[in-house]
Amino acid sequence: MTRRRFPALAAVSWLYVLWSLLPILVAVRISFNSGKSRSSFQSPSLRWYTSDPTASVLHDESLHTALSNTLVLALCTMLIATPIGVALAIGLHRWKGRTSQAANGLVLVPIVTPEIVFGVALFLVFSQLYTGIPQGLSRQVLGHVTFTLSFVVIIIRGRLAAVGTEYEEAARDLGATRLQAVRLVLLPLLAPAIFASLMVVFATSVDDFVISSFLSTGAGTETVPIRIYSGAKAGSTPALNALAVVMLVITLSAAGLAALVMRTMRSRTGMGAALTDAGGLAGLGG
Amino acid sequence: MADSRRPRTSWAPFALPGVGWLVAFFVLSVYAVVAVALGSTDPLLRTARPAWNPADWDTTALTKVISRVVGGDLGHVVTRTFGFVALALVGCVLIGYPVAYYAARGAHRGRKILLIALVLPFWISYLMRMMAWTNLLQPDGYVNKVLEVLHLQSEPRNWLDGDWYTVVIGLVYGYVPFFILPLYSVLERLDGRLLEAGRDLGATARQTFWHVTVPLSRPGLMAASVITILPMFGDYYTNTYLTSGSPRTEMIGNQIEFYLRGSSQPQTGASLVLVLMVMLFALMAYYLVTTAREQRMAR
Repeated sequence: MTRRRFPALAAVSWLYVLWSLLPILVAVRISFNSGKSRSSFQSPSLRWYTSDPTASVLHDESLHTALSNTLVLALCTMLIATPIGVALAIGLHRWKGRTSQAANGLVLVPIVTPEIVFGVALFLVFSQLYTGIPQGLSRQVLGHVTFTLSFVVIIIRGRLAAVGTEYEEAARDLGATRLQAVRLVLLPLLAPAIFASLMVVFATSVDDFVISSFLSTGAGTETVPIRIYSGAKAGSTPALNALAVVMLVITLSAAGLAALVMRTMRSRTGMGAALTDAGGLAGLGG
Repeated sequence: MADSRRPRTSWAPFALPGVGWLVAFFVLSVYAVVAVALGSTDPLLRTARPAWNPADWDTTALTKVISRVVGGDLGHVVTRTFGFVALALVGCVLIGYPVAYYAARGAHRGRKILLIALVLPFWISYLMRMMAWTNLLQPDGYVNKVLEVLHLQSEPRNWLDGDWYTVVIGLVYGYVPFFILPLYSVLERLDGRLLEAGRDLGATARQTFWHVTVPLSRPGLMAASVITILPMFGDYYTNTYLTSGSPRTEMIGNQIEFYLRGSSQPQTGASLVLVLMVMLFALMAYYLVTTAREQRMAR
């Protein structure tokens, strides 16, 4: 169909983009402030990144602890949630029957569960039932895996539907066992979606505040979002902005890498679109 | 057909670890909320004594919380939560619909850049986006400076003082990206021939929009609303962060967080979560029923 021009809509849309991204750019600029103010900019410096001897991201222990906690948590979540999710997606896609329908429903419920319900539920189950699991990081990882698992399943199932079963059946007819067919044919075909899942899980985990916070036990298990949240109270410096910017650079690199890999994969295999799914899903958790 | 030779259930083992995980950490977690809410509280230690066996359920604490919500001291917090969510949803529709519409059907040049800009907020931490606003809204921040340059206000104003509009604007800012994307994907697939038919049959552009485009975008609007409303109802950080925890902007989420973490009254907190879950469940049920009915009618 022919696209019409909508000058008023165009203006609204670009104004919206400006409104949504300009505050971020201002916050990034403030992270390079030489003064203590988080609202007005004096002159550019790296004070809050490296040079301030006590309060910079490099030297303030609470800040770089938060950074490393966030990354360790996200990496562990990624490495556990993705394989379990991929297997779950393959299983649910192929396995037919009443139990399978119930399992399919079960996978969808976490997606529509508000984070606060999730956070409270995990908080209570760990404090009342799984009391043996050590507090802090271990519980945070288990919690994050639980709430990112469904995203992996959805992304992978989208790909499974697109890939079809022909290649696998060809492999089976040529004598491959079922496991061999999965490993040698299906998994390579799913590679772009698996990669997208890794990135989405990473971004979701890094962004999460509610679940990490409910399962945090104090300063030692604070993540970057928790640190930003607690920094709302008086006395915080542009070092918090600097911390957020470091995190931002890491997630945007992950997103960029994902986009790049998807593009290469798409041009080679004619498959794609998982990234748009991925972008949409990354936010679902809030 | 390699697969038809074998029973379909042989794929079940693949799903087993994942299903087990969800049962252990999701189903049982949600059940823990029920067990704590319907259990009892240790009179000395003030800790929860969950009732895992439905035979031991005791609804005293839950009834008390419900009576506090319906007309009691928690009533205004619940009303405020509904008010904030409703206003923020209106804001999301007013901003999100034109943007999604333009991205899906209007944008020609710069469409790719626009789409990237719409997805970008998903990769920026929610709290960083809120932090950016607190930087701007400080008394000596850029919002006040701009308003003064434009002569819209003469004195710097403290936006972070606990005003409801700061929270609503914050909620819209935070959640509108989640609104735009699902709406965009529905509007993009909308059949352009139907719009052309409307025009060919003599409708004006405005008539076509209200009588063809809007009804066709209803499923997208519904999905987008559900996706934004669910997390907004449980939000307690946006308002706390943007108003330094002013009690004038407290939402249900703040009360839940307070009872579970601030003061140790897990049973009250869990009961409040149950109340919230039932409300959201009603909302979801309404959504599912209407979409199912619309799909039946479309056939």
